[in-house]
Order: sequence, then C-alpha cells, then structure tokens
Amino acid sequence: MLNVRAAFGRAYPRAIGAIREPSWTFFDVLLPLLGIAAYIYYYRALGADPAFEGFVVLGGAMTAFWLNVLWGMAAQLYWEKETGNLQLFLVTPMSRMALLAGMALGGMFAAGIRALSTLLLGILLFNVNMVVVDPLLLVAVFMVTLIAIYGMGMMFASLFMLYGRDAWNISNLLQEPIYLVSGFYFPVKALGPWVSLIAAVIPITLGLDAMRQELFGPVANGLMPVVWELTILVVLAVAFLVMARWSLEYMEGLGRKEGRLTLRWQ
Amino acid sequence: MPPAVEVTALSRVFVGKSPVVALDNVDLDVEEGELFGLLGPNGAGKTTLIKILSTLLLPSKGSAKVLGYDVAKETSKIRPLINMVSGGEISGYGLLTVRENLWMFSQFYGIPGKVANERIDALLHAFGLEDKADVKVRTISTGQRQRMNIIRGFVTDPRLIFLDEPTLGLDVQTSRAIRDYIRTWVRSQEGRTLLLTTHYMREAEELCDRVAIIDRGTILACDSPEGLKRRMNRASTFVLDTTHFDSSVISNIAGVKGVSAEAMKEGLRIKLVVEDESAISDIISSVGASGGKVLGLNKSEPTLEDVFIKLVGRGLE
Ligand SMILES: Nc1ncnc2c1ncn2[C@@H]1O[C@H](COP(=O)(O)OP(=O)(O)OP(=O)(O)O)[C@@H](O)[C@H]1O
Ligand SMILES: [Mg+2]
Repeated sequence: MLNVRAAFGRAYPRAIGAIREPSWTFFDVLLPLLGIAAYIYYYRALGADPAFEGFVVLGGAMTAFWLNVLWGMAAQLYWEKETGNLQLFLVTPMSRMALLAGMALGGMFAAGIRALSTLLLGILLFNVNMVVVDPLLLVAVFMVTLIAIYGMGMMFASLFMLYGRDAWNISNLLQEPIYLVSGFYFPVKALGPWVSLIAAVIPITLGLDAMRQELFGPVANGLMPVVWELTILVVLAVAFLVMARWSLEYMEGLGRKEGRLTLRWQ
Repeated sequence: MPPAVEVTALSRVFVGKSPVVALDNVDLDVEEGELFGLLGPNGAGKTTLIKILSTLLLPSKGSAKVLGYDVAKETSKIRPLINMVSGGEISGYGLLTVRENLWMFSQFYGIPGKVANERIDALLHAFGLEDKADVKVRTISTGQRQRMNIIRGFVTDPRLIFLDEPTLGLDVQTSRAIRDYIRTWVRSQEGRTLLLTTHYMREAEELCDRVAIIDRGTILACDSPEGLKRRMNRASTFVLDTTHFDSSVISNIAGVKGVSAEAMKEGLRIKLVVEDESAISDIISSVGASGGKVLGLNKSEPTLEDVFIKLVGRGLE
C-alpha cells in the first residue's frame, strides 16, 4: 500500500505538469508534427508507398514515449540528484521501484497525451490510412512495448544516479542513432537482417515493427511474425524490470558507500 | 529502551585525490525524547553524521544505530520512523503548489490522503503559511520555502527527525517561529527525538537539552549548555575592545585558551578565554606592541560561545 501511494505521489507532478503548462504542450505537439511533415514530404517526393507516411506518423507518435524514456526516466535521477530531491526520496521508506514506477506512470500519461495528439493530427493532416489487423494484439504489443522501454529507462536511471555526467553523454549519443536503427520512420528490415536483429535488443525497435505490421499489414515488411515479436518483448520487459531492480539496489549501496547519492554541498 | 541514536567509534573517510576524514572515531548517544544539538564550524562533519544516521551514507568504520536499528543493515526498519530536513534545500517541484508538494512527500511514507491533508493544514497554520498553500512553489520566497521544507519533515510524524541547520539564512522572526515549533513538538508527545545541527550558538544554547561540540570530525565535548558552561570554571572570559591591529599575536601568549576577533565599526571586539587572569596584562601590552590601542576591557559571564572558543581555539562566525 505504501508503495502504491508512493508511486501515485510521484506520478502526480508529471501528470499535472502535462496539464498545467499548456504552452509546453503546444510545442510538444507542434515540434514533432513539423518533424513528421518533413519526412512525409520527403517520402512523397520519392514516390514511396503511401503506407510509409503512416509509418512516419506512427513513429512520430511513439517518439514521444521514447524521448520521455531517455530524458524523463533514464536521466531523471541525475536531475533529481542535482536539484537535491534524490536524497529526500532516498530517506523515505518507499521502494525505489515504486519511485521509478511512479515516474514511469506519470511520464506515460504526459507522453501519451503528446503521442495521441501527434497521431490524430498526423492522421488528419496527412490522410493516413490504417487498418487494424487484430486490435487485441495491437493493444498487447503497445502495452508490452511501453513496459519494456520504461523498464529499460528504469535500468538506465540507476546508472545515471551515480554516473550522471557520463551517462548523460551516452544518452545524447544514442538518441540520433537509435532513431535510425530502431526504424522510427521506416521498416527496420531495410537495414538488413543483422543490424535489425541487434537493434531488436532495444525494445522500441520490435515494438514499432510489430505495431507497423498490425496497422499497415504486409507493406510493413515485418522482421518476424508479430506473435514472436510480442514474446520477445515480454521477455525483454521482464528482463529489464528485473535488471532495473537489481541495479537500483546495487547502485544505491555503492552510492552510500562512496558518498555519491548526495552532492557534497547538500 | 535503546537510545534514539547510538554511535560507536564511528569514522567516515571520503576517498579521493586527497582523502578527507569527515568523522574520526565518534562516540555519541542521544536519548529518546531529547532535543540534541550538534554545534561546529564549517566542515566539522555535522552533515556527514546526519547523512549516516539518515541512511544516505555508510560508515567507513564503527557503527551507528538509530532507534535500535543498525544504519548499515536495517535501513527498512529505520526509514519509516525518521525524517530529515536540511536548511536551504530545494525540495520538490516548482510546478506544484506548496500543498501538493507536501502531499507528494507524505505519500512516500504511505500516509493515507485524509490524514496527510489534515496534518498539512495544521502545519501550514502553525508555520503561518496558509496563504501560500495553493501557490506554486517556484514563486515563493526562500524563507517560505524553508518553512515548507520544515513542514515536510514533520508531516510524517517521525519518531526521530534530523534538522540540518534549520534556520540557516532566515530572518529573526521566522527562526524564532521554527525554534518555538521545534520545542513544542519534542515536548508535546513522549518518545519524540530531534537532532539538529547549527552554526548559531544562541540557537543551541536556547533550544537544546544537550549539545555536542564537534570540530574536524571529533566530538570535543557533549553536555547540557549549563554543563558545558560549568566546564569553564577555571577559565575566565573577557571582552576586549581595541582599535584595528593584527590580533593574531594574542593566541600565542601563554595562558590564552582561545581568541575570536570580530571587526566592528570602530575597531576590534576580541573575545578571550584565558586560563589565568594574569595573562590579561601580557595581552594588553601585546596590543600596544602591535600598534593597537585598548578601548575597553570587560569580564563576561561564560556563554556557549566561550566554551566553543576554548575547545576549538577559535570562534565560529
Ligand atoms: N561527498 C564528499 N566527498 C568528499 N568529501 C566530502 C564529501 N562530503 C563531505 N566531505 C568533506 O567532509 C568534511 C565534513 O563535511 P560536512 O559537510 O559533514 O561538514 P559540516 O559540519 O556539515 O559543515 P557545514 O557547516 O559547512 O555544513 C568536509 O571537509 C567536506 O569537504
Ligand atoms: Mg553541513
């Protein structure tokens, strides 16, 4: 019960943040849309299959979650340490997983609003056609993808807690390549089987691939059958959560030993 | 009943390019129900001790127990029972209101919403912060923020609370309000313990049942303020007013236990702790020899500050 309350407590500021600052939301919606527009006109100029425009809109919507995982989850404990919140969180009796789960829930909500608006506006503005093959499977893929990428974010968060600055650079470094490798805007299979298999360790790759197949059918040129992808995603989700839990505990212990959970002047 | 805090041969070393011994073989007990103060200059190790007791930092050597539980191994037993606030901290999220921030932190202790809200209301009232309750935290002043932080500490109704320089940088009125609250809080229910650190002598003297004077990681003395002052029995304290001169010569004179000089508008106000009053004549002649002029000399009742000067050899501020 404590941990449920704690998770909701931590989710609250994120959810509120999304609603209370309408000006942020405006940019959050507008900027991804501009990015999407660029890709779409590019594909149109090349005379690509119209389904590719749908890929872009889907990728654009999922980008909201991915960025939230990178900057709102992985990097978050680093921020919290810098601002002095981390130590106040860590003296409380809540489980560290509850803290991160709260961050994830709040983040999903905030990113969800952005993703949904991108999706709807994208569909309206660019006349994207989607045919849902199997709605239940689609929902399952979407949920499991979210759990897996946020699980990955949680694991990285524990690293950031101690190795803030270095981890920060890595996150920055990863942002662009992952856009490419994970196939946000095109079927990942185009990268060749090996690159795409390696990229599949990053759950967003498989999630996107599976969702593309569910929404656009054979044009999506899937990596593997959706059910396989879902299975791998479930395994990845569980693995990331287990690793996150273990890593958090380890990093907190190490931080207490080395005096790095707090800044010197706090 | 175990003491609220039981520290035995505790050391903490920060390894690095040049290792720092922040705590050096510290022994300390704080009884349940006590209002206990740690008094020491910058870098003495006060915050380090609080971090260890509040489970944020591990001891390098020795042991520390909080409410009977070991800080290294039994953190999950300790954390629900304690809370910590440090002066000047920036806690929570600027986007949330004061009330929302307090509510969020109360949830990390699993306090049911209704109970939390009642406590928050009562504390906002006690600290005169009701009119800011629904204002975003990023718009309130430093002093208001600090009051909010203190409320955050008490909202969880801890058995033991650590306050690291709770009145740092606050105006006289706010400081007094906080001190009054602290006093009432400890006394109003049995088994509540409060450990605070401070730079302010007056605060320690006025507030604390017992005070430990700490410098360079070592506890120099630990007693009630009266007990500490009684230790001054043989030493005498004087206040010497002079024109400006280099007062560092005084500390080398035989019989001088401690010197603290403060620059005033007209000259220096020097607080002296001497073992033997005959040292005073040497001091006065050394003032003249160093180009100063004595403007006044008074014998004073020992204060906690004098105890501190005697033990540490220098003043605090
Ligand atoms: N994380 C750290 N790494 C290295 N050294 C540290 C760390 N934290 C504290 N120290 C050092 O340990 C010593 C004690 O610091 P501490 O913060 O406990 O002092 P303090 O009594 O709280 O001082 P102040 O009155 O300035 O707050 C200082 O020399 C400080 O520089
Ligand atoms: Mg300190």
